[in-house]
Amino acid sequence: MSNMNNNYERIPQEKFEFVQMDARLHDKKIDTKFRSFFADAMLRFRKNKSSVVAAWILLFLILFSLIVPMASPYDIKDRDKLYVNFPAYVPAVAEMNLGILDGSKVYASQNEASMNYWRGIAEETGMNPVIKIVDTTTTLVKYRGKMVERYTYTIEANRYFELGCVYRTLSYKQFEELQAWQNETGIQVIYPYVESKDIMDITDNPNLWYEVTDTKGSAKLDADGNLIPVYSTRKEIEGAPYNSLRIPGDDGSYIYSIAKSGSVNVRVCYYNYYRYMNEGREPSYIFGTTSMGEDLFTAIGVGARFSLIFAVLVSAINLSIGAVYGAIQGYYGGMVDMILDRISDILSGVPFVVVTTLFQLHLAQKVGIVPSFLFAFVLTGWISMAALTRKQFYRFKGLEFVMAARTLGASDSRLMFKHIFPNAMGTIITSCALVIPGVINSETSMTYLGIVNISDFAGTSIGTLMSQGNAAVTSAPHAMLWPSIFISLLMISFNLFGNGLRDAFNPSTRGVED
Amino acid sequence: MFKYTLQRILYMCMVLLIITAMCFVLVRMLPPAELPPGDPHTEVVEARREALGYNKPYMVQFGIFLQNVFTKFDWGISDKLYFGRDVAQIFFEKLPVSIIVNLYSILFSIPIGIGLGIFAALKKNTWVDYLLSTATMIVISVPSFVYAFIIQYIFSYKLGWLPFLMKAGTDYFTWDMFVSMLPAVMSLSFGTIAGFTRTTRAELTEVLTSEFMLLARTKGLTKAQATIRHAMRNCFVVVVPAIFGSFIGVLGGSLIIERIFAIPGVGGLTINAINGRDYPIFMLTTCFYTAIGLVASLVVDISYGFIDPRIRMGSKK
Repeated sequence: MSNMNNNYERIPQEKFEFVQMDARLHDKKIDTKFRSFFADAMLRFRKNKSSVVAAWILLFLILFSLIVPMASPYDIKDRDKLYVNFPAYVPAVAEMNLGILDGSKVYASQNEASMNYWRGIAEETGMNPVIKIVDTTTTLVKYRGKMVERYTYTIEANRYFELGCVYRTLSYKQFEELQAWQNETGIQVIYPYVESKDIMDITDNPNLWYEVTDTKGSAKLDADGNLIPVYSTRKEIEGAPYNSLRIPGDDGSYIYSIAKSGSVNVRVCYYNYYRYMNEGREPSYIFGTTSMGEDLFTAIGVGARFSLIFAVLVSAINLSIGAVYGAIQGYYGGMVDMILDRISDILSGVPFVVVTTLFQLHLAQKVGIVPSFLFAFVLTGWISMAALTRKQFYRFKGLEFVMAARTLGASDSRLMFKHIFPNAMGTIITSCALVIPGVINSETSMTYLGIVNISDFAGTSIGTLMSQGNAAVTSAPHAMLWPSIFISLLMISFNLFGNGLRDAFNPSTRGVED
Repeated sequence: MFKYTLQRILYMCMVLLIITAMCFVLVRMLPPAELPPGDPHTEVVEARREALGYNKPYMVQFGIFLQNVFTKFDWGISDKLYFGRDVAQIFFEKLPVSIIVNLYSILFSIPIGIGLGIFAALKKNTWVDYLLSTATMIVISVPSFVYAFIIQYIFSYKLGWLPFLMKAGTDYFTWDMFVSMLPAVMSLSFGTIAGFTRTTRAELTEVLTSEFMLLARTKGLTKAQATIRHAMRNCFVVVVPAIFGSFIGVLGGSLIIERIFAIPGVGGLTINAINGRDYPIFMLTTCFYTAIGLVASLVVDISYGFIDPRIRMGSKK
């Protein structure tokens, strides 16, 4: 008998034969098409209309953040010093007078004097800052014993034109280059100099080129109601020879610069000077500019790109750590589980803001701000993922297929990652879709509060943009509006998308509908 | 139950102690705040630091720290922001504002949130429900500083009804103060309302479909009676712990909202301490926030056992 037992493993192959090689099975053949788990989930996901819409919006936002920083003519480092917190303006659209993208700002209670000031800019530079007069109010005022009608206007002004002329100090070489550019393009940048002695000693207003009656810069009109130019013709103070475009009405006597210790001081029309500085491009800001003078459109793209990449990276790392940690906890259970659970209990008890701060204080000098920010996220971020994996492992580890695999001699790691883990995969991946918006939210909050400043690394971030915008809520609401809209849309669509995925993948809802 | 609660409290204290120790060591590893050169207090500060064990091993320092905290409630002296002032004293000056603003917010939002949740659950699968659920989803997703912006822009700037920032002063219960707190209270409320709506709706819809509800209707109760007497009580097993949790969360204030509306509360103090590198204050707020988080989760867990007799805590199966 014992002999026969020993030979069980060495039964010659030819002694085996199929029991039912020729027998026909009368079981009905499965004639429906095979559908995989993922295909099934996708089918259910597509039924959820709001999630599908969210997915499309999400795709759009992701593409926005990837394409805009590359396609935009502006770089995040392009910072204009004067176009700061300016409203949205696109020259081509502004010309159509649609009331949008025209860089407009409403100025209330403008009197005749300031209307003349606007007119001065319009007449000199040829760019009228006043888009339209929204409202005119008439008041009767007693003036020199008589009742006089006084008008006050509410106007909409183009902030880009309104800037008018500014003083710039150029070196002789720069001055010559600017003249050459003027000759080449035919755009008047340099305007004749006005001496402050001719305009009641006003030194801080480069837009006055006409005779004024008081130190506030009120214009003096001639008999026909025109402004009277007071351009300087004193050749002796001219800074450098000028051989370029002259403004209409110039007989060649006006001077275009004055000497200023080794350089020249000029009056330039800032709009055209901007074109000169930016290879002929007119200022064009779809969302307006930030308080740093960056293009808000580009800045949002740059900030969002960082947020998204960062969030995906954090989620991927947390997913890996959490999955392994949770797998070990769930698979081994008992003492191991308890000890590991205590560790994650302690780590999860530390407030996130404290973790971030401590990492910034200790590591930012050594490994940089962004890596230490990343570590802060990783330190506590994996805990929820680990808990999830652990739960799934407890659910699956007692099932028959695991026992079967164990009986066949599979090792622990094989059981964990080859047999149990793939079953938990759906739940883990879908929770990842809900982790990403959480990371973006925390990242935005931390940069908003200024605890972490990633501007040197990433250019800017949505949180930084919003905290800058919040400082000027009343004067430049657009600087807060667009980042708010972007981050809200991103969060809403991520959460809707994630919820849709979770519902689609959650096996407990399988077959519930229909 | 009592034994379980005691166990949990002891465990919580241990976790708190470990976290405090970790943070303490990490903070003390940083170079202490430098004093302005020629400062007349230099010697006093140096002596104080010597007494706190700045040159001794970290664990000895931690021992001194704990001893001071437990025997004299001495959390140290601020060495940057509020130079020379007792940290605990500053902290307790800031605490009431945070509590009041957050308390207004949750007193206002919990009834609304639960009410909307019940309404949505009762109208399940109608357009009202879909509308409320979508709105809840959207409101939960949007970060709080976006609400702050909307409220500041519309109510404070365009309409001019509310002030931009909170009024300075300590007259917390005057009408002016209440009005000046309103923007912050409103900004905080959106999220809380949406959270409670979602929880209540989810729980109540589940309870409403259970069999005992059918039984209640069968034995002759009207829908309203059945809902109030049977469904609501079961639904509150989940909602009430959440209420407890948010009442404890009230203490912590909100970092972002307090900053936007210039509320002189704990959240603002924390941010200032971090940005100004004031370590004693930072240490205190760290312990405070950690403790709040731990206590909140403990209370939520234990309250389940007290509210629902079916849940037996800590029993081995």
